[in-house]
Amino acid sequence: MAELLFWPALLLYGEAAVGYFGDARRPGLAGRAATWGVRLGWLVQTALLALQAAREDGFPWGTWAGSLNLFVWLVVAAYLIWGCRGAYRLLGLAVMPLAAALLVVARAGGGTTVGTRSHYSNLFLVLHVGLVLIAFAGFTLASALSALYLWQERRLKRRETTIFRRPAPSLATLDRLAARTVAFSLPPLTLGIGVGVARLVDRGEHVDALVVATLFTWVVWLGYLLARTRGWSGRRASYIALVGFILVILVRLALPATHFA
Amino acid sequence: MTHLVLVGTSHHHAPVELRERVALDRDEAAALAHRLGEAVCLSTCNRTELYVATDDPDAAEAQAVAALADVEPALYRLRDQAAALHLFRVAAGLDSLVPGEGEILGQVRNAYESGTPGFLLDRVFRQALHAGRKVRAQTAIGESPASVASAAAALAEQVFGELDGCRILLIGTGKVGEGAARNLRTRGAEILLTANTKTDRGELEAELARADVVVSSTSSHELVLDAATVDRVRNGRQVLFIDLAVPRDLDPAIHELEGCYLYDIDDLEAIVSETLAGRRGEAARAEGIVAAEAEKFREWHASLEVVPAITSLRARAEAIREEELRKADTFLDRLDEPERRAVESLTAQIVNKLLHLPTVRMKQAAVSADGVIYAEAVRHLFGLGEDER
Repeated sequence: MAELLFWPALLLYGEAAVGYFGDARRPGLAGRAATWGVRLGWLVQTALLALQAAREDGFPWGTWAGSLNLFVWLVVAAYLIWGCRGAYRLLGLAVMPLAAALLVVARAGGGTTVGTRSHYSNLFLVLHVGLVLIAFAGFTLASALSALYLWQERRLKRRETTIFRRPAPSLATLDRLAARTVAFSLPPLTLGIGVGVARLVDRGEHVDALVVATLFTWVVWLGYLLARTRGWSGRRASYIALVGFILVILVRLALPATHFA
Repeated sequence: MTHLVLVGTSHHHAPVELRERVALDRDEAAALAHRLGEAVCLSTCNRTELYVATDDPDAAEAQAVAALADVEPALYRLRDQAAALHLFRVAAGLDSLVPGEGEILGQVRNAYESGTPGFLLDRVFRQALHAGRKVRAQTAIGESPASVASAAAALAEQVFGELDGCRILLIGTGKVGEGAARNLRTRGAEILLTANTKTDRGELEAELARADVVVSSTSSHELVLDAATVDRVRNGRQVLFIDLAVPRDLDPAIHELEGCYLYDIDDLEAIVSETLAGRRGEAARAEGIVAAEAEKFREWHASLEVVPAITSLRARAEAIREEELRKADTFLDRLDEPERRAVESLTAQIVNKLLHLPTVRMKQAAVSADGVIYAEAVRHLFGLGEDER
């Protein structure tokens, strides 16, 4: 059954990614089809997650691939908040290819099918994995907004004559939304890290590379907010966001093997 | 049958010297419409057009031509579907000097509201407004700026979003500069200061420190603002600079500063040229929408030919039904109220079901131009109108 849900979800996300490329070239039908792809794909993935959660062994929070599956769902959910508006469709160009690719990786790691019962408690999984993933989904969206800011600013700097052909949000709006998204995402990350560290201390376990990288990620995003209070908005803040996003991807893909083992 | 007659002139047919002779303000246009009977007068700077609904199109056309006699050689005359198609194109901005300009839709609405429309003009103008809105919703024809002034305002929106509370520093009083400032103000921006080359330097820099948009259009032969001054004064804030002067007022190096965007007259004209090309591309799609609306109007208008026959047929059937019920009064008096109502309902249903298919077929025939033949056949077969004779 999970197979039956995974493939439509992946196909719809893939269709959305391709549709957004088409929309960037010629705004119109391709963009609308892509938005429907995101909506339907997200609903199918929701059903997939619900199915996994309903199984006897529960949702695979405790595996990196299972949590990656959940991460993709959260990223697309966050995108759906804005992505359905015409002016924000370009965000899909950054978000949906990433979502489709990560869903494939999650499946390759077994995160979309059979899981094993985690030895962690459900409360710990929700507070630690859940909160960290919510924060990372927010940071991913903020990074996409920042990337869109840099792209739009570049068009203004290059004085592109086609600047009005493709509707995009204003620089001020993108900058403000990115900052707001980070401000909403940092507290869940702080709490998620706190819960994880408390468990480490309680059990006398060692700090691994993923924990260090996650703490560094937290520092970078905190730095993003502090820099803004010192006037580092716009282009500079966007670059910090992109550095933060690289760390998020590093934490999600490159380092989790030791942590989840 | 009621016909739609259009007589008018526009920028395609008459230069401004001619158009101004028949340009009417709103009150004059309303008065002329009243004088023509069931009519609407659309008068803008690019056109003056009279739309008249009448049973005698030749007489109405002659009357309308007489009203616009000053420009008679430049008048066009259209009727029925052609007139409707023209109005739909006008409302969609397809007949405008700048394709897709948005002002015309409001002007069509105003003309309609101050005219004296009957059922035909009511229908055609409502459909025109619908077609205009549909074209703007389904194509990008009106989305891009079509003038240097609106391009400057649209660029400000690209940087700052909503312009409510956005502050403008206007340097110089050139016509284009004032146009750009006016365009920004209509979108909610406020003018901090209107300066010129003689304005105190300290005051200018103080206002520059607060400004979000600087519009400059002086006739100075030297730079009015250099990059170093801008960088020193603006406190790291984003500022959009619009330089409409030739020779240029603003140091080109300003564009290299982070958060500063400088557009000169050539940049803005290049944008306008590009967006106009885009509008022309969208116009092809808009023509399709407008043509579909014109076809709908043609079908509706054609169905009017058979309406009198349908009305007579139904009236005749209803009269027969009532007469037969009246004859059966003695029998009906013996029934109680619910039974009488059941008989009434039954007979009405029989009449309706018998007439439903002929009604539909007559309307279909009207659309395919056989309506008059069908209507005559129905009148003959059922003896409609013979009583009057």
